[in-house]
Amino acid sequence: MTLVLAADGRPLKTSLNRALRRQKLRALMLIAPLLIFILVSFVMPIADMLFRSVENEIVVETLPRTVATLDGWDSESGQAPDEDVFTALYFDLVLAAEYKTHTRLGSRLNYEMTGISSLFRKSGRSVDDFPTNNYTDVIQAADTSYGDPAQWAAWMADDVVRAALPMTANIYDAWAKMIVDTEEDLPIEEVPWDFVYTSLYLEVMEGADPPISLDLSTVAPVTLRDQFYDVDKDWLDPEVWKIIKIYSPEYTNGYFLNSVDRLKGPEGVEVRPDNEQIYITLFIRTMIMSGSIMGMCVLLGYPIAWLLANLPARKANMLMILVLLPFWTSLLVRTSAWKVLLQQQGVINDTLVWYHSTWLGQFLDPIFMGFLNLCYAFVNVITWVWNVLNGIWGGTDGLYMDWAVAGFERLALINNQTGTVIAMTHILLPFMILPLFSVMKTIPISYLRAAKSLGATNWTAFWRVYFPQSIPGIGAGCILVFILSIGYYITPELVGGTKGVFISNRIAYHISSSLNWGLAAALGTILLVIVMGLYWMYDKIVGIDNVKLGG
Amino acid sequence: MVDNQSAFVAFERVQKSYDGEVLVVKDLNLSMPKGEFLTMLGPSGSGKTTCLMMLAGFETATHGDILLDGTSINNIPPHKRGIGMVFQNYALFPHMTVAENLAFPLEVRKIGKSEREEKVMRALGMVQMQDFAGRRPAQLSGGQQQRIALSRALVFEPELVLMDEPLGALDKQLRETLQFEITNLAHELGITTVYVTHDQTEALTMSDRVAVFDDGRIQQLAAPDELYEKPQNSFVAQFIGENNTLDGIVQEIRGDTCIVKLDSGDIIDAVPVNIQAVGERTQVSIRPERVEIDRSRLQEDAHTLKAEVLEFIYMGDIFRTRLRVAGKDDFVIKTRNAPDQRRLKPGEMIEIGWLAQDCRALDA
Ligand SMILES: Nc1ncnc2c1ncn2[C@@H]1O[C@H](COP(=O)(O)OP(=O)(O)OP(=O)(O)O)[C@@H](O)[C@H]1O
Ligand SMILES: [Mg+2]
Repeated sequence: MTLVLAADGRPLKTSLNRALRRQKLRALMLIAPLLIFILVSFVMPIADMLFRSVENEIVVETLPRTVATLDGWDSESGQAPDEDVFTALYFDLVLAAEYKTHTRLGSRLNYEMTGISSLFRKSGRSVDDFPTNNYTDVIQAADTSYGDPAQWAAWMADDVVRAALPMTANIYDAWAKMIVDTEEDLPIEEVPWDFVYTSLYLEVMEGADPPISLDLSTVAPVTLRDQFYDVDKDWLDPEVWKIIKIYSPEYTNGYFLNSVDRLKGPEGVEVRPDNEQIYITLFIRTMIMSGSIMGMCVLLGYPIAWLLANLPARKANMLMILVLLPFWTSLLVRTSAWKVLLQQQGVINDTLVWYHSTWLGQFLDPIFMGFLNLCYAFVNVITWVWNVLNGIWGGTDGLYMDWAVAGFERLALINNQTGTVIAMTHILLPFMILPLFSVMKTIPISYLRAAKSLGATNWTAFWRVYFPQSIPGIGAGCILVFILSIGYYITPELVGGTKGVFISNRIAYHISSSLNWGLAAALGTILLVIVMGLYWMYDKIVGIDNVKLGG
Repeated sequence: MVDNQSAFVAFERVQKSYDGEVLVVKDLNLSMPKGEFLTMLGPSGSGKTTCLMMLAGFETATHGDILLDGTSINNIPPHKRGIGMVFQNYALFPHMTVAENLAFPLEVRKIGKSEREEKVMRALGMVQMQDFAGRRPAQLSGGQQQRIALSRALVFEPELVLMDEPLGALDKQLRETLQFEITNLAHELGITTVYVTHDQTEALTMSDRVAVFDDGRIQQLAAPDELYEKPQNSFVAQFIGENNTLDGIVQEIRGDTCIVKLDSGDIIDAVPVNIQAVGERTQVSIRPERVEIDRSRLQEDAHTLKAEVLEFIYMGDIFRTRLRVAGKDDFVIKTRNAPDQRRLKPGEMIEIGWLAQDCRALDA
């Protein structure tokens, strides 16, 4: 191939690219506000959520020395760790209490084991009262230089001293930083606190050379392990230490395990006790209910979409306005309206009660009852099969039971799954109708006519010719409704009671009430993955090219 | 004409209104013998599709009877009528392959698999499309799709096939080929065909008879040559082929000729077609190729008109000349390009005339 040159002698390709680059740049600038908006309001929050679901730096940040020493402890020993670990804990906790980070750590670990929160709060308060001032007094009495802040600062700047007393140097540095950070004083003017002397004492007792020699053999040692035990007996409970050890890495899969009703034991993943298992049931319930909502939307939306696509323009427009009407009223108002309609003393129940008292009701009730029981039996069979298949979802959970058991008493239509399904179907119906309509609009009536002229009955013509062509619309509508409903929050919160809530309500709870953001993030991540998985499956089975959201 | 009892398809006083206000089809009477190829021709909105839809069963007649093989089909649903249909947009099912499309009418008739396949291949063979059996309609060209639509309408061996502007979307050359194929197939298989078009050439070349529609009525139902040469009214004369018209008043009727006095005062000869009495207004119609510019070829006593040549167009096989005649300057004549033919020059004054039987005095 010969190289084509532009008029100025450059290769044509280069010239063309240059010309196009400007166009592209301009196009990019036009969409830049949107891109930035999406980045800031969508991509970054999601990335942050993904990060939070595994992030666990708090333990190692708050208790760095404890975590390091805890490496040597065998969590299977059935014993609490020895003095070394408690010494490290003492240093960490004094500092954490000054920084006030120990309560945050307590709450974090409390997710994994109840009681740890108060343990940390209590210990943070008492750790200053440990009788380590004894060491301080003795050391300062041995030589007044040890009571001089400036001398301390000078020693700690001296490499020889630092090499001789590595631990004390480390503790002093941490103390000095803390003094600057929290007290806004200068270390050079402050006498080190007791725990710095404790560190010095311990190192000297181990044979290190202090800058001015000290004889501390007569000092009565303070056993920190006992001190902690005095504050709270739980400190000698190996379970507490197991938790600390398990959650000491910077990243954890603990939130995710929690999200699937598992927990991290020392031997690996364990199933939570029965009474703590909620999330898998909730996930499954969310999926099943979203599925029912989706199914209801297809059943109700398909005929309406058909009418919309095939009525004369004026009537179709009128109908379209009715379909869109729900968008014009607030979601809360609509949901509350359902409360009015569905509650025990609500419009529907009142009407039913009145109806049962009329002669028509008296006549039809037994027939209807028989029908209901048939449905109930059918649902029970399905439930049974479901249970047999995976053994997780027990019971019919009220969705159908209420109808059958309640008989012609007032029906429990709200504060259960029935309420959620009814209200959500109503709210999400337009999202099914619109894509269906836009697809049906493009299917000319002549296909049906052709099929009939070829000998197909109305039903065959619909089922073999019209329906397959409307599948892209069904697919689009189903994806839309399912994804919207799987993450829905307000409506289940208002009409779902306890049995009709979704996983998203749980996420909201963890974000605003229990403040366990890591767990909320993990649940959210799982939800995201499920949705993406379903999307992927849909793509494999139906093909995403077959989805039409618009004509 | 065929009488309604022996006719295969018959419309009896059929009327149709969509909105209860306007009659789209007014008093339609039509009967077709078996095996005929009949074309409905007419301007847009004249009710052709409506007639076809009533025959197929997708619209119900507001009044009147439609008979198929002697029995009224008013109450038979479309799928039981056994009428093959070809649509303008082909209406091939996009989610099925060509073979599945063709098998569809056989499947719904519960015909066994092997017989089905054989029939499908035979039907594809009729339109030389065997190689395309596995394709989807979207992978075919317009002409190929039309062939498939045609063979799908024929595969279940209907006795009556309806086609609504099946070639409307194709280019001229393809249209001509397919016109030929369709007529051949129809005659070979002996099927009765109702064909709708608004292309008059198509109507004239393909049909046994043509029904010219206007305003919800059949204006004339006749064989192509008769339609062209003996239009029954001025609408048909105007609609079919090129045509010159002159307005005037009937001055004298003498058996099968009459004398018309034009508005310009000139006198011409004509055949009375649908005029009743002397003094009536009339529109005379004369085909461009029947106008004589050579006085010697006319009868001694023939009336002639003065004409001024406005434009001379050389068209190869013919010359087309535009004249000003009796005050109208859209009078066109066509002359054969023969060695001895006169080539007129703009501005020239000539004398034109015609045989009385070529000039038809029609309703005004
Ligand atoms: N479904 C309908 N509802 C109301 N009016 C209709 C309907 N279908 C057709 N019409 C009217 O009936 C008249 C005849 O329509 P029809 O389709 O039969 O015309 P056509 O001769 O087939 O025209 P074309 O050559 O454009 O296809 C038109 O005026 C049209 O507006
Ligand atoms: Mg039409």
